[in-house]
Amino acid sequence: MVRLVHSPQSIVHRESEIKVSIRNLNIWYRDKQAIKNVSLDIKKNKVTAVIGPSGCGKSTFIRAINRMNDIIPEARVEGKILLDGKNIYPPRNKKVNNIVLGDKPWYKKIFFSRRRGEKILNEDNKYYIDVVEVRRKVGMVFQRTNPFPKSIFENVAYGLKINKSVKKKSQLWARVEQSLKDAALWDEVKDRLNHSALDLSGGQQQRLCIARALAVEPEVVLFDEPCSALDPVATAKIEELIQNLKDKYTIVIVTHNMQQAARISDFCAFLMMGELVEFDRTEKIFTAPSKKVTEDYITGRFG
Amino acid sequence: MNGRRLKELVGFTILRLATFIILLVLFVIISFIAVRGIKVVNWGFLTEMPRAGMTAGGILPAILGTFYLTLCAICFALPLGVGAAIYLTEYAKQGILVRIIRVGVNNLAGVPSVVFGLFGLAAFVKFLRFGVSILAGGLTLGILILPIIIRASEEALRSVPQSFREASLALGATKWQTIRKVVIPSCLPGVLTGAILGVGRAAGETAPILFTAATFYKMSLPHSILSETQALPYHIYALMTEGTHPEVQVPIAYGTALVLLILVLGIDLVAIILRNRARRRKW
Repeated sequence: MVRLVHSPQSIVHRESEIKVSIRNLNIWYRDKQAIKNVSLDIKKNKVTAVIGPSGCGKSTFIRAINRMNDIIPEARVEGKILLDGKNIYPPRNKKVNNIVLGDKPWYKKIFFSRRRGEKILNEDNKYYIDVVEVRRKVGMVFQRTNPFPKSIFENVAYGLKINKSVKKKSQLWARVEQSLKDAALWDEVKDRLNHSALDLSGGQQQRLCIARALAVEPEVVLFDEPCSALDPVATAKIEELIQNLKDKYTIVIVTHNMQQAARISDFCAFLMMGELVEFDRTEKIFTAPSKKVTEDYITGRFG
Repeated sequence: MNGRRLKELVGFTILRLATFIILLVLFVIISFIAVRGIKVVNWGFLTEMPRAGMTAGGILPAILGTFYLTLCAICFALPLGVGAAIYLTEYAKQGILVRIIRVGVNNLAGVPSVVFGLFGLAAFVKFLRFGVSILAGGLTLGILILPIIIRASEEALRSVPQSFREASLALGATKWQTIRKVVIPSCLPGVLTGAILGVGRAAGETAPILFTAATFYKMSLPHSILSETQALPYHIYALMTEGTHPEVQVPIAYGTALVLLILVLGIDLVAIILRNRARRRKW
């Protein structure tokens, strides 16, 4: 058995370039600790890959960034995740209708906060976090393609409609078109936007899910093994797409596939048994890892 | 033939026989009712008022009464049951309380229907002063079918893939938006199936309406929700137990039974078709 020692991250970004900053993150499922004291910074407009053997907590880790673990009743999260410097896990919080409240009486928070618009505040002791807004800002693409059983158009328009982010129908169309173009799917589906999304191939469905996530204009996009169910051609398309997306978005991708991490990511975090073993520039991880365990993993000696 | 093969043969034969006997019983019941009832069923039987102290004429008031009662029951039970199911599966924290509620719902399904009748009499007829009326009977039937609807709806809600909920939440939807725009449309066929099965059950029940809605003989059609009404199951009971002309009443009772049977089987058939269509839809 390899003994793992937590090491502080070996690279330090300038503060202005950091989009998401994770500090001492611990996650438990009941008594089982899935993430152990992980700290790392995710750089703006870069692709950060999270690699590691199955069951090491990769998915748990990225689901923490948009608070998707909230919907798992057994999950408990401790530590800080700062999105643009604002902690999305305020301590000692109380949750009322998705709004996590800090120290003020809850009714003041309700009455003095508007439901929509900018509302993630965090000035020392007074903060409240709208989980819904966090998830709008931090989009997610899942391992299993999961388009809604609706038309292609409705799938992409869904996020826009629920967020009421567009007023006019023409704007809605424009945004749907733009999102599908961003996801490199427009040319394949433009003549059949009213067809069921379930008639698309696996790779197309995954790009539709990406378009759907992009439509709400997130700032960070999380990819949870987006290609694990796809064939090599579809995978190549998605990888190319992720490369193009990083101009606009900050991207975090969990992947099983080390070649994929090497091809598309700028930074790479290696997790093992819930601990961050190594975090560095991708070329460094893949050419000169500083830990023996990392080297063993990337050369395929285990995992 | 060795022992193993023989045992298998005996086992299969017994199982086959069991299935066959069930089908036989069903067939005998249906054909018995059909053969005896078909003689009196014609267009006039379905569309005319009863005449001459129920010894002649049709059963229109009973058909209409059953229709109104069932409609009232479903209008009451469907929103309540679906709402409860959504709360139990989507919102409520899964714990001891929810488990107790589930046990309660299941026990409600096991309560004899005549007890519901007595409850309806006490609660709706007397306490709320609805009198013997369609409203009181419909509400009583509604309570009777509530567990069916809750259970079917819960099952339908649980069959909606978790990945749909995750996808919706990850786009910045609130829980309510997720339920309304994604979960409910996906589980609708299942909920409808439950509702229709509930309708079938409500249409056929006698005991709950015995004290709350049904009347034995009425010269006019029900004119408001607060008037008492004839109903198919109770009409059969009345024809068989009251009156002085059994030789004419009994065939009419069988005819009524046939109409009721066709009605309930028809409703169940719709439920089966809906369910199959829902199953065929891929996610």
